[in-house]
Amino acid sequence: MTRSPETATVMTAADIDRALTRIAHEIVEAQRGVGELIICGIPRRGVPLAQRLGAKLAAIDPDFDPVASVGSLDVTMYRDDLRNSAARTPEPTQLPARGIDGRTVVLVDDVLYSGRTVRAALDALSDYGRPQAVRLAVLVDRGHRELPLRADHVGKNIPTSRSERVGVRLAEIDGLPAGEEQVVIIR
Amino acid sequence: MSEPTTARLAVQPAPGPHYLIRGASILGGAPEDLVVRDGIIASVGAAETAPQDQAPLETIDASGLIALPGMVDLHVHLREPGREDAETVETGSRAAAKGGFTAVHAMANSSPVADTAGVVEQVHRLGQQAGWTEVYPVGAITRGLQGKVLAELGAMAESSAQVRMFSDDGHCVTNAQLMRRAMEYVKTIDGFVAQHAQDADLTGWDTDHAAQMNEGKVSATLGLPGWPAVAEEAIIARDVLLADYVGARIHICHVSTKGSVEIIRWAKQRGIQVTAEVTPHHLLLTDELVRSYDPVYKVNPPLRTEADTQALREALAEGVIDVIGTDHAPHPEQAKECEWNQAAMGMTGLETALPAVQHAMINTGLIDWQRFAEITSTRPAEIYGHTHQGRPIAAGEPANIILVDADASTTIHPETHATKGRNSPFRGVELPGQVRHTFLGGVPVMLNSQLTGPRSAGGAA
Amino acid sequence: MKHLLDTQALAHRDALAILDTAEEMTAVSSREVKKLPTLRGRTVVNLFFEDSTRTRISFEAAAKRLSADVMNFSAKGSSVSKGESLKDTVQTLDAMGADAIVIRHSASGAAAQLAASDWTDAAVVNAGDGTHEHPTQALLDALTLRRGWSRAHGENPRGRNLAGMRVLIVGDIVHSRVARSNVWLLRTLGAEVHLAAPATLLPYGAETWPVTIHYSLDEALREAPDAVMMLRVQAERMGGAFFPTAAEYTRRWGLTDERLALVEQLRLGATDSPALILHPGPMNRGVEISAAAADSPQSRILDQVAHGVAVRMAVLHLLLSQRQPDGSLDE
Repeated sequence: MTRSPETATVMTAADIDRALTRIAHEIVEAQRGVGELIICGIPRRGVPLAQRLGAKLAAIDPDFDPVASVGSLDVTMYRDDLRNSAARTPEPTQLPARGIDGRTVVLVDDVLYSGRTVRAALDALSDYGRPQAVRLAVLVDRGHRELPLRADHVGKNIPTSRSERVGVRLAEIDGLPAGEEQVVIIR
Repeated sequence: MSEPTTARLAVQPAPGPHYLIRGASILGGAPEDLVVRDGIIASVGAAETAPQDQAPLETIDASGLIALPGMVDLHVHLREPGREDAETVETGSRAAAKGGFTAVHAMANSSPVADTAGVVEQVHRLGQQAGWTEVYPVGAITRGLQGKVLAELGAMAESSAQVRMFSDDGHCVTNAQLMRRAMEYVKTIDGFVAQHAQDADLTGWDTDHAAQMNEGKVSATLGLPGWPAVAEEAIIARDVLLADYVGARIHICHVSTKGSVEIIRWAKQRGIQVTAEVTPHHLLLTDELVRSYDPVYKVNPPLRTEADTQALREALAEGVIDVIGTDHAPHPEQAKECEWNQAAMGMTGLETALPAVQHAMINTGLIDWQRFAEITSTRPAEIYGHTHQGRPIAAGEPANIILVDADASTTIHPETHATKGRNSPFRGVELPGQVRHTFLGGVPVMLNSQLTGPRSAGGAA
Repeated sequence: MKHLLDTQALAHRDALAILDTAEEMTAVSSREVKKLPTLRGRTVVNLFFEDSTRTRISFEAAAKRLSADVMNFSAKGSSVSKGESLKDTVQTLDAMGADAIVIRHSASGAAAQLAASDWTDAAVVNAGDGTHEHPTQALLDALTLRRGWSRAHGENPRGRNLAGMRVLIVGDIVHSRVARSNVWLLRTLGAEVHLAAPATLLPYGAETWPVTIHYSLDEALREAPDAVMMLRVQAERMGGAFFPTAAEYTRRWGLTDERLALVEQLRLGATDSPALILHPGPMNRGVEISAAAADSPQSRILDQVAHGVAVRMAVLHLLLSQRQPDGSLDE
């Protein structure tokens, strides 16, 4: 695949998979029993990452149900920057039928930057119920937080400048062969 | 220009300066020099041959300009008396002078209606006092424009205004019997009837679903009640048959459809005494403009389709349609800054008539300036029966002359117009041609596109 | 997209964005917290020059579920009835800080005039203008049709248009803003549109529309539409000016029990699911639609009402979330 000179690959498909495997292990270690765990992806790229994490969790601990306990949480209508960006069409929100009350919800997103998406997700979550705990897993933390938030599980810390952009390219969203998935920095 | 009317009345007619108009192209022909003296064209030809004169001779460089007979408009609304907020005879007359009109005919839908000798004399007198153009009141056919009983036609004809043209314009004389009698009666007082052809039932007149625009593809989409072409054509067909039957003249105001043209052509071929008028806006604009819902495009009859504008242009070129009438209809701002179906109908027209007609007819090659003079001056004067308007530009003729820069190009800004109305459909549009000088009976009421001063009240009218 | 004035100019992409957003919004009414913070601190004015409690309440519910402040301005009993102009009214509301003006007016074009004027910077939503358009009604109809079709086909409705559907609209087309909005929107979304009406209730010029016209409802039903939308017949049309009597109208163009038996045989595409019956309301039971048809399992009339709130939430969200080109890939 040709890349413009300003684009640098910082994670390959294999790096992404290894990072998700490690995060799955961390989640299991941090949680006493996976039965009360819900993995919840933030659209768009958080959703396939959550599904992959769910599959890995089920492989580690068969008590985890990768269908019933993996969902998605759209945050579009909770954003505080709607007036500064393109009008967005919300993506589906699908939460486990038995609800989120009293359970541990792991929010999953691809890139952690200002923290505003996570803030919106916390607000959205509270409109659906009252989890016992909420954790955050991200594939990339690029720094520059604007809110007092941190991730519990990070695939890779990538120092960036504000002028750079981080691109996460996933098979499910971007229509690539699995082997060509990657994380890039665009200058 | 702003001196009070009473002061102007006090001015005695005195031999004014005489004018040498150099190098004007008469009706678009070769450049000639004209001398204007005592309200008359003293000579046409090289200046050296002009009779020498003791009075001062002012020279006007008219090279590159076309000399035309002052335009005559059979159809304007001057709103006075009654709606002086929309227009007055004074402001409407100024607009006429700026537009190159040396005579206008003011429709009867004032308040009170011009259906008595008193009102027509008032309008006529106001026109003389204004002095920017000649103002001829049109008398109502029916009392109060109600379409019920005849107005005092004879009294208006015998009044000092000597009304010859009668119309209920704005309203159609729907009752066929009444229309027949009006034609018969007016014929005997050397006058003629001008019909606003609009079938009231087909256009939902005086109902809460009155027609709002041309009925067709656009009205179907916009959900505005349609004004069908047949509502105009049916009345024209009826009226030309009536005119034939009683041996009277009939003038059709603001013809707007292709079908109307065909009926009038047929009537003329049969020898029926019918004359027809078209507005500049119906030559140029179509109902597509209504898609904006901007009430500046609301007019009666409504803007029609491209096929109609083409048919009207051709009819005007070949003589089926006789004259241009502006249907100048000024309205105050609030009458147009409202919902479409509540907005007033009408557009201003006096100050854009020449550019619009030049654009539609001359620059398209359909007619030349000679024909332009016929449709804007000679024919309307003949139809009314004026003997001093619409005359040739020749020695001994009354000096009602305009000088036109056909090469000019102007973007229309209604705020600069002399009319009180700002409801020009040509706002922001670039149109060719500009009237530079207007001579009314030898008096230059406009020079270099600027109004100078009116003809004194004592002048001939 | 700054305003929603009509569906004729509504792009396929924007129509789908509204339907997809509305699809997510339908879930909000079944949540415990039936409110989203999206439009917090923003003001939506419902400017109703014409009585329509249903439409006003639907817009009000939509704005409130998005946390907007709502002001209702009804022309009745206001300065408007004393002759205040549309311009003055709108400028007053603008001065009060309206971010969106939802306007209902008996004059065709009133919403477009407001949007084109410099009287206000607010986003304008047409909630019905004269006999011109009623775009949110058509959008909620489209949402209802799409959901019905997708469910029958076992598909996810998201991102899908109405290609493959044949929709029959029956009744007073000439006076119907709902019909006009539906004709354009359904065509944009790829549906095939048929109209059935007496010639007197079709606009002159409708032959230029991208539709198939029938003067007989029975003939139109033989074309096997996937959905039949019955329009309300206004009482004032029944006086003999447009058709002889209400009884004759019902006989010839009403969805009677006899015709319902035919409609019950119709299917959604090639599926076993029955065709849909829609009506924008309010209904004249026994005139254009029989009670049995209105209450039949094929009827989606109550769904239409529920979808109205979701569609109007989607429209307010789309218009009040100012867009600007945004190429960022992350967050």
